Amino acid sequence: MDLSLDDTQQLVRNSARDFLAESVDRLYVRDMEDDERGYTDEFWKSVAELGWTGMIVPEQHGGAGMSLIELSLVLEEMGAAAAPGPFFSTAVVGAHAISAHGNDDQKSKYLPRLVSGELITSLAILEGGASWEAGGIRMSARRSEDGWRLNGEKVFVADAGVADLFIVAARTGENGPPEESITLFLVEASTIENNKMERLESVADDRYYVVDFQDVVVPPDGVLGEVDGGWPLLKQTLDLAAVAKCAEMVGGSRRAVDMTLEYVKERVQFGRPIGTFQAVQHRAAEMATDLEIARQFTYRAAWALSEGKGDGTEVATAKAFLSEKFSEICASAHQLHGAIGYTQEHDLQIYSRRAASAKVAFGDARHHREVLAELMGL
Amino acid sequence: MRYEFTAEEEAFRAELLEWIENEVPEDLRGIGRAASDEEWENELRVRRQLADKGWLTLAWPTEYGGQGAPMMQQVIFNEEMVYHRIPGREPFGTRMLAPTLMVHGTEEQRRKYLPPIARGEVQWCQGYSEPDSGSDLASLQMRAVDDGDDFVVNGSKIWTSLAHRADWIFFLVRTDPDAPKHRGISFLLAPMDTPGISVEPIINMAGHHSFNQVFFEDVRVPKENLVGELNRGWYVAATLLDFERSGVDYPAQARRTLDDLIEYAHSTLGADGEPLSKDPDIRRKFVELSIETDAARSIAYEVADMQAHGEIPNKEASMSKTLGTKLVQDVYGFGVDLLGMYGQLRPGSPRAVLEGRMLDMQLTTVAFTIFAGTTEIQKNIIATRGLGLPRG
Repeated sequence: MDLSLDDTQQLVRNSARDFLAESVDRLYVRDMEDDERGYTDEFWKSVAELGWTGMIVPEQHGGAGMSLIELSLVLEEMGAAAAPGPFFSTAVVGAHAISAHGNDDQKSKYLPRLVSGELITSLAILEGGASWEAGGIRMSARRSEDGWRLNGEKVFVADAGVADLFIVAARTGENGPPEESITLFLVEASTIENNKMERLESVADDRYYVVDFQDVVVPPDGVLGEVDGGWPLLKQTLDLAAVAKCAEMVGGSRRAVDMTLEYVKERVQFGRPIGTFQAVQHRAAEMATDLEIARQFTYRAAWALSEGKGDGTEVATAKAFLSEKFSEICASAHQLHGAIGYTQEHDLQIYSRRAASAKVAFGDARHHREVLAELMGL
Repeated sequence: MRYEFTAEEEAFRAELLEWIENEVPEDLRGIGRAASDEEWENELRVRRQLADKGWLTLAWPTEYGGQGAPMMQQVIFNEEMVYHRIPGREPFGTRMLAPTLMVHGTEEQRRKYLPPIARGEVQWCQGYSEPDSGSDLASLQMRAVDDGDDFVVNGSKIWTSLAHRADWIFFLVRTDPDAPKHRGISFLLAPMDTPGISVEPIINMAGHHSFNQVFFEDVRVPKENLVGELNRGWYVAATLLDFERSGVDYPAQARRTLDDLIEYAHSTLGADGEPLSKDPDIRRKFVELSIETDAARSIAYEVADMQAHGEIPNKEASMSKTLGTKLVQDVYGFGVDLLGMYGQLRPGSPRAVLEGRMLDMQLTTVAFTIFAGTTEIQKNIIATRGLGLPRG
């Protein structure tokens, strides 16, 4: 047992803090909420130059070959800064899916461009029922002369509007358990017409889209992994994404706690700072305690996935806990801020809205509790 | 970063588990409350075995005859002892007084008191709380007056666990009533059979005799029994001790109880003829308690990890205590609920399920969020010392 960060990890965290303090301020966050794409070229270029897009990409493909632990440290800082953009879709989901499941050709073709910031990816798996289970994937993929034909609608496709490459899960067979007939495809955006996309208006201004795949042609080399073997691969990527999302949520929670502590030290009522009142102190203590647990759960899960240890308990525990606690911490932060925190002018609402979005991403608390129930033999 | 124990640490766990399996018969294992005379005999018997293994003083530095065990080894020891309900560990002598003497005691005091503690031969109790001084401990009023070679002590201590079993007591007294409250307190030692000391039992709501009120009437305590400087007793008592104090006992106890309850839920049919473990409401509760257990354990590990790195956990230790004590209350409360009508049966009752332990421990753990600093005091500590909020 050793919960400390090594020198490299501390360096990663500090450089992330420094860069984000410089480049993401409250005005940028607000401007980007109204922006069509949700980020600036300047920001994205800097992120790629820092090597963050390629953090978990192997070195032979131009990445830094780091683990989910280092990536989580960056994501924690991005969550704290509420930094918008397609980073998660690309540097977490896309980078992992292609690095871990792609063949040599696919890796050589896509990863260097992903690392350099030229390629943005997007995960298209959820459908109408928005289920994270294999049974929820109904989109059909049929063999054809030119490879495969995809037909079906995907929802909550993040960053679809700017994506160059989609990672799509589709059903390649109708018999047997749903886990055994799913195939992953790499679908280039150029093959989908833009008018088949519709942006959803969501609480945290995520760039979620409905994407209608109508007879989209995927060449034979667009299969990611084995035909019918997509589900276990997707599960790995979803587990990693769930932990990465937790890291972002830890950052957001931390910022909400810090904002609250600053506020209650300064806000004077009844002739003294409200932070002197035990009713306020105890709520703050509870927030800080939940944050500490959140941090431990998240980095333990990141460690477990990085080392190939654990049985899934670490991931499900982290996401089940964070899905509830990030929102609860924000709710407490609102209560302690009083009316001022309720305004759009105040930054706190940014984090509460992010919490509402993050809690359901990659499985909500109920989903992960059910995973835990199974693991506990219940 | 490594969220697992090393091979060396796991080897120690294996050695410990083998010892438990071979040396501690099932009938000696219990909940370690040592309420009855029989349980107390078991307690002492296993304590002597632990002393022989050197495990009673696992955490002590080698210069005082201990094992100087690394922090995580101590964590593993405590976890497994609690999980397997092995009696014999001893808080007052080995974990509170001994480290205090190592820092503040004279050479003579160390030579006199440490070896019998290490051998498991002497029972100590702790005289801190008074009837009018609980959370505000520094307001304590028990007086010790200088009288030649002795102090003469008058007053009373309360909630004194094991005073009725103890050979010796370490306690705080007021030696300077005119000084600011933290600066007029001294730390003394006395044999329990000193003339003028009497013990009155207090029976707790679980029906057990665990704590007592201890009365001091013109009790003469030789000055050589003063630990540390006169009027510096508050700081002697508050010395941060390096031994494992992560609070890992609570989640270990909770994990054991949940394991027992899951087994019960698998083998017991509900009204619908299905095992209780299939009931969605019950499953959800199990998962939530399991996460809560994991949370308390994670913070306990964090506290131990900080200690292992030479850092001083303050808010983390308070978080650990707060989480762990609420956890065990929640787990036993759920256990009682799960047993339905049978939840109300006491240990020893006909038809009692799981030895009546759920009820017994539900009642017993009411004290947990009160003793050693209430949850409210812990949250004050987290907020002021940990988060830097101003004091009221």
